[in-house]
Amino acid sequence: MVAQNIFFYAIAAVMVGAALVVVTSRNVVRSALALIVVFAGVAAQFIILAAEFVAITQVLIYIGAIMVLMLFGIMLTRARIGRDVDATNDHWWAGVLTALLLVGVMGYALVDAWGDDPLPAEREITLDGSNTAAVSDSVFSQYLIPFEVVSVLLLAALVGAIVIARKDR
Amino acid sequence: MDDLLINQFLLLGAVLFCIGVYGVIARKNTVLVLMSIELILNAVNINLLTFGALTGDVSGSVFALFIIAVAAAEVGVGLAMVLIIYRNRASVDLDDVDSMRG
Repeated sequence: MVAQNIFFYAIAAVMVGAALVVVTSRNVVRSALALIVVFAGVAAQFIILAAEFVAITQVLIYIGAIMVLMLFGIMLTRARIGRDVDATNDHWWAGVLTALLLVGVMGYALVDAWGDDPLPAEREITLDGSNTAAVSDSVFSQYLIPFEVVSVLLLAALVGAIVIARKDR
Repeated sequence: MDDLLINQFLLLGAVLFCIGVYGVIARKNTVLVLMSIELILNAVNINLLTFGALTGDVSGSVFALFIIAVAAAEVGVGLAMVLIIYRNRASVDLDDVDSMRG
């Protein structure tokens, strides 16, 4: 159990550091690469939480697909790759204020509500010994209609993105 | 220090969420704002899976998967909009998109 804690804090420290690089870096590509580190750290936390199917989906969708889209967006908008730009607003102090206030309120509420309550030692949710089977069983029975709605949403987003971005109109 | 605490994960999610909120407010480049929104969505996913592990219910995983799918749709449409803004104005700075300022 101690090893889990060591890994949690090591990965959490890397994640928070990389997230700060994402929102403060003056180089757009460096922000994107730091975001990949954050996504990988989130996947690692999912493994610690014994949700391996979501962790693998995180790697495939976020690191594989969404980050490639982001890098395409950076490339197509010709953000000055490799050169530093001033990417922060004049009213950045409002963001600092809001974030500090939020983290204070949420931290107080969480410590007040959960204190030192531990997570159960047997965290893995399985069906016939497999987490993937448990997830798919739930998706295709209890959450079948939301699943189909998400399929339609993805199709609509695909068509919408093509219609918005095409040139001949 | 033996067991993993619930608050470890929830506080990590809260910190990531607030860093994302700062990014949305303070960043000028549209693509960087989209990246900050991804940070926020990931923080929410950590929370969902923590409560899933706490209650022993697989619903947390299922909702996290739905959020990942919605995030993919959001990035697709969002980047298409960024592209059309860039094509019309040759800039992706949010400060330049102010034609609806009162």
